[in-house]
Amino acid sequence: MYTFSSKLRTFAFILMVLGALGVGYSFFTAPSTVEEAEAIVAAGHHGGHGEAEHHDETAAEAHGHDAAEADAHNAAEPATDSVVVNHTEEEVAHTAPDSASPVAIEEHADTLAATAEAHHDAASPTGDAAEAGHEGHAHSEVAAAHEGHDAHADHDAHKEHAEHVFHQLQNKPWAALYVAALFFTLLSLGALAFYGIQNAAQAGWSPVLFRVMEGITSYLIPGCIIVFLLLVAGVLHFHHLFIWLDPEVVAKDHLIQGKSGYLNGPFFLIRAAIFMGGWIFYRQYSRKNSLLQDEATDNSYYKKNFKAAAAFLVFFIVSESIMSWDWIMSVDPHWYSTLFGWYVFASFFVSGITTIALITLYLKSRGYLEYVNTSHIHDLAKFMFGISVFWTYLWFSQFMLMWYADIPEEVVYFKMRIENYNLPFFGMVVMNFVLPILILINTDFKRLSWIVVLAGTIILCGHYVDFYNMIMPATVGDQWFIGAGEIGAVMFFLGLFILVVFTTLTKQPLLAKRNPLIEESKHFQY
Amino acid sequence: MSSHYEAPIRKPLIIGDKNYHDVTVDVARPVEGRANKQWWIAFTIALAAFLWGVACVSYTVGTGIGTWGSNKTIGWAWDITNFVWWVGIGHAGTLISAVLLLFRQKWRMAINRSAEAMTIFSVIQAAMFPVFHMGRPWLAYWVMPIPNQFGSLWVNFNSPLLWDVFAISTYLSVSLVFWWTGLLPDFAMLRDRAITPFTKQVYGILSFGWSGRAKDWQRFEEVSLVLAGLATPLVLSVHTIVSFDFATSVIPGWHTTILPPYFVAGAIFSGFAMVNTLLIIMRKVSNLEAYITVQHIELMNIVIMITGSIVGVAYITELFIAWYSGVEYEQYAFINRATGPYWWAYFLMMTCNVVSPQVMWFKKIRTSIMVSFIISIVVNVGMWFERFVIIVTSLHRDYLPSSWTMFQPTFVDAGFYIGTIGFFFVLFLLYSRSFPVIAQAEVKSIMKTSSEKYKKLHEAHDNHSHSEHNHH
Repeated sequence: MYTFSSKLRTFAFILMVLGALGVGYSFFTAPSTVEEAEAIVAAGHHGGHGEAEHHDETAAEAHGHDAAEADAHNAAEPATDSVVVNHTEEEVAHTAPDSASPVAIEEHADTLAATAEAHHDAASPTGDAAEAGHEGHAHSEVAAAHEGHDAHADHDAHKEHAEHVFHQLQNKPWAALYVAALFFTLLSLGALAFYGIQNAAQAGWSPVLFRVMEGITSYLIPGCIIVFLLLVAGVLHFHHLFIWLDPEVVAKDHLIQGKSGYLNGPFFLIRAAIFMGGWIFYRQYSRKNSLLQDEATDNSYYKKNFKAAAAFLVFFIVSESIMSWDWIMSVDPHWYSTLFGWYVFASFFVSGITTIALITLYLKSRGYLEYVNTSHIHDLAKFMFGISVFWTYLWFSQFMLMWYADIPEEVVYFKMRIENYNLPFFGMVVMNFVLPILILINTDFKRLSWIVVLAGTIILCGHYVDFYNMIMPATVGDQWFIGAGEIGAVMFFLGLFILVVFTTLTKQPLLAKRNPLIEESKHFQY
Repeated sequence: MSSHYEAPIRKPLIIGDKNYHDVTVDVARPVEGRANKQWWIAFTIALAAFLWGVACVSYTVGTGIGTWGSNKTIGWAWDITNFVWWVGIGHAGTLISAVLLLFRQKWRMAINRSAEAMTIFSVIQAAMFPVFHMGRPWLAYWVMPIPNQFGSLWVNFNSPLLWDVFAISTYLSVSLVFWWTGLLPDFAMLRDRAITPFTKQVYGILSFGWSGRAKDWQRFEEVSLVLAGLATPLVLSVHTIVSFDFATSVIPGWHTTILPPYFVAGAIFSGFAMVNTLLIIMRKVSNLEAYITVQHIELMNIVIMITGSIVGVAYITELFIAWYSGVEYEQYAFINRATGPYWWAYFLMMTCNVVSPQVMWFKKIRTSIMVSFIISIVVNVGMWFERFVIIVTSLHRDYLPSSWTMFQPTFVDAGFYIGTIGFFFVLFLLYSRSFPVIAQAEVKSIMKTSSEKYKKLHEAHDNHSHSEHNHH
């Protein structure tokens, strides 16, 4: 039996306390008024004021603020209306698809800035804008903002910009919490998927690791509860990570209106509850059978687990795809990608396998896993290597296809990231692909604990950054930085993860005794 | 390699009381014997189809692409449909020999040789379409980046059609090397058994002087693993690049990011179905039922079921995202598929690809050889229609309604396709009479862990508690 070392337990508690302090600090320091937000931004920028303002202006575009933007715009309308309307209909029509995500507005604003001197006119062609929907509004607004910043510092534009930043900064602690909560929960789900596959495939090498996997998947219950509460908090408008939950935004956004049959609070929560319930049910059922099999006289529980794994995998492939659209893709409600579900899967699957490897190595180093040898580690490291490459394949496929076709409504997703998240966006490719492939290609290296730990740490950090890149651009825009909130949230959930997983490991022996494949697994040599 | 102990719950992969010599004899028999009448009938039919294909291709090249049913709107139709179909079929061979090797699936050993042969023969068929669908195939060499007298006029590396050239040619060459390496010990076996000086000469040349020393085997295994490691990303990338032909475009119904993995899943799906079709016949006519067992067929059916489900998820994802996107062109592309003039093709594709593999959830069905054979053909019909639907329905109605049209294949389109089927079977029939269709060296390596005979011996041992394996 495993005993939870008091040092590790204390370490987990410290992580949780420090993490909670960090999270609390980030909520505490988040601005509660627009003025505070302005002060934070002013303190954060070192460039000249004008330059900083211009930068913020054009980049202030987290979805969360479309509503505020539109409101501010309405207020500004009388002023802009008086300007001669030279804006042709085509221009507005052109903007409509472009500004599926506000990032495109930036591009347009730049173009407009160039032409602004020629005809200083980019006011709101009210009629046209109404036709083009909220994008038209957004467009004319940025144009108006430019104008203001050109000659007479337009107070309205300034105010509206400040509100943008205010909302982004308000989102920041929530987004930090959400990314970390999601990452650890999905990582545990990745381990569960791996466990299901090992059962369904009747793998002969892995049964000695089943208890470790079951320990990791025990985090699924608290993890899912926390993520679910965060989703409920969104539906109750405590935070604005999902702007399609904001009725004011939806009222002005015909694209989101078209999706509201799917993207609406109650249905969103029902789906989440079904998926989480299904995963947790399989986890509990399979764990129960796995333990009963230890004491059984025949293989009936093993067979039950085999069938359960097959059924779970079918449920998983469907629920996982939908989950990724719901919890991740919908933060950018104008953007869509058919590959997205599988891409997200690859990211948390490799993280789950890596966690299995790391915890196995830890337990082995403490002398707990008698039958685990370097061949088992080698196999896990091969999976870490292979799935890292697979993740990269999907990352590249999604990125390259959008980059290549350059269709405005989808390429904005990457444009935003490359412009404002350049280092995290490309850095994660290095961490999730280049380094693992270089470190883990060597057979001898895959058997060395410290190498696997090194590669595993890089992979886990890299996939955290992957989740960060998926959530942050839409919620905090260019106001991102990795500070107390982000680090605190990771520390808190890491602490909780260690606590839950290692507590579960103490509950049962670490070797599945009567699994019909356990002898193969004990004698496994590669 | 892996451990020598095998759990008793695993079913035997070699049926009957076979020893090493029996394996040799069983594998060599079709090669050493003479062809029977049925073989000649099948060969004649295949050859006739092939020659008809040659005639159609000659007619196309001589007269022009206008002999086909393609038109100004639908520039790609049967040509690329067939190309993608054949490439897809060609993927199972590498999957079986490379991916299943990496996953240490012992059951692959009885089927990998034929699956690889199938890969090579179908890639050859596939490779003809990119050449002969050109308006000026005699300038096909211009796709190669060769220094030339036009001021070194180069190719544009931005086109997925050029990537296709590299993908297919690399795929064919690597598969060929992988296949041939594996054949060396088996050709050596045929060489050593040869009775006539002619066959001895032929297999002597083909086996490259293989003598089976320990050092050779050690390197043989290493090279197999390295090639498997290389062939796995290759097989994924090849069909991915084929999918890029469509996915990089801006055509509604083509431009979708799921296409790369979904094409790969579809390729495994159709490829395994073709392997099943061929092996169900081969095990019978070549008397190899002891090696290609019902369990092998069942496992292939399971792979078909899994990949069929993945393809099904991809179909539903595409449908959902088309609705979710809010882009009316995307939405129309899918409405048109389901309710437009080619609804029947879409319906066939859905029925064959999504519904038919789901019957494999029933053990009775997936262990029935007859049903497996039928389903394997149904799947390949479905996968042909999948490519047809993707290509033609997306093209025939896209952005401008004034360009909407229909596609009607001509006999030349059909003739070329029939010709490739004929050619494929000509090659496969010749192969099955001159090559060792089962990798006997590999099958012998699992004899002591996985054959029925030895499993019974182990069982007897275990019952007497003498096995050193079970009681370490």
